[in-house]
Amino acid sequence: MEQFQVHGAAKRRASGHRRQVITGANASGNLEVLVERVLPDLECQVEVATAVTGFRPIWEAVIKEFFERTSPGGLRFSINDGGARPDTVTLRLMQSVQLMEDKA
Amino acid sequence: MSNRLQTFKADWYEASARERIAGLLDAEGFIEFLGPEQRAMSPHLAQFDLTGAFDDGIVVGRGRLDGQQVLLAAQEGRFLGGAFGEVHGAKLVGLLRAARDSAGPDGPRAVLLLLDTGGVRLQEANAGELAISEIIHAIIEVRSAGIPVLALVGGRAGAFGGGGIITACCSRIIASEHARVSVSGPEVIETNKGVEEFDSRDRALVWRVCGARTRYLTGGVDRYVKGSIQNFREAAIALIAHTPAFELATLKAEQRRLSERLQRFGDCRDAPEIWRKAGLPEPERIAEITDDAFLAIPRIKGADHDAR
Repeated sequence: MEQFQVHGAAKRRASGHRRQVITGANASGNLEVLVERVLPDLECQVEVATAVTGFRPIWEAVIKEFFERTSPGGLRFSINDGGARPDTVTLRLMQSVQLMEDKA
Repeated sequence: MSNRLQTFKADWYEASARERIAGLLDAEGFIEFLGPEQRAMSPHLAQFDLTGAFDDGIVVGRGRLDGQQVLLAAQEGRFLGGAFGEVHGAKLVGLLRAARDSAGPDGPRAVLLLLDTGGVRLQEANAGELAISEIIHAIIEVRSAGIPVLALVGGRAGAFGGGGIITACCSRIIASEHARVSVSGPEVIETNKGVEEFDSRDRALVWRVCGARTRYLTGGVDRYVKGSIQNFREAAIALIAHTPAFELATLKAEQRRLSERLQRFGDCRDAPEIWRKAGLPEPERIAEITDDAFLAIPRIKGADHDAR
């Protein structure tokens, strides 16, 4: 198991009014993402706990790209990972931001 | 978002624990206890180099079903096979005790258990086994307080081990074709008794022995439903109003029913032998026919009972 955090700067506050969502499941090849609107508007952060060690540089690249694509200001993402592939991680992160835009 | 799949149409088997809750209960007003943001997670899994789940694989809370207040627990079968650990079990025990303590005219009308579990988590086995015992005890207390406890089974993991015993302790059991309810799982039997006793890879055999159709026809499941979340919702609404009183006479009647069943079918080696003995039409085909054709089959005498 490996745990680390990735911090980023956002251009704007993430849209929507939901305070929190959770999506996915910690299963083989899958991950769960908990999103909480708890950070200052121009900050974002992902906390990763992954079952597979040694892939931190790939995680950081995927998360950095995600920050650039969505600019999720104010959101803290917490991940429990069961060995998901990078594309699955991106999909879940994008999905979680979209869910935060739904009505509360 | 209009392009998103509407949850109430979704399939129980494919849905997550949270999607099942969203489709089962009335649209508004579900309140989760100890939600994922509280991070009530297993303290044991890290020792085994495993990552946890923010809700430890079970969602508990309060909501409304057809306007009636209910308490509900839903297991996430994809996380560690929905297995019971210390925190996971404690959340369910707490929910059941809350039901017991709030019994009365303003209390919950029922407790719904959306089970999807392989049994106890091996990584925290002692705590998990203790939790199973506490849950069984708590279910009995809830039923004694006059509140029905309904089991809904139709997920990937089925209801095995302690989860199978918990299911059997409920007032009413609802299941779909995918459901399996048993104590020792197929792989456990094969490991202990050999592949000639039970071939766990023979899926048809597994379902003939512990699948929902067999359970329903012999009285181990009270309501067989087609697999949508909406089907489970309708069955739960209908059954809450029809649960037997939990009293000594009920238990004695169930004991009598099971003794008679054992006497009648105890020497059968496979489910079709039971169907043939019971005089059901086309016993070899019962596992293959559509849900509609299956639901048209008469149940074995005594299976439709008020004795659980």
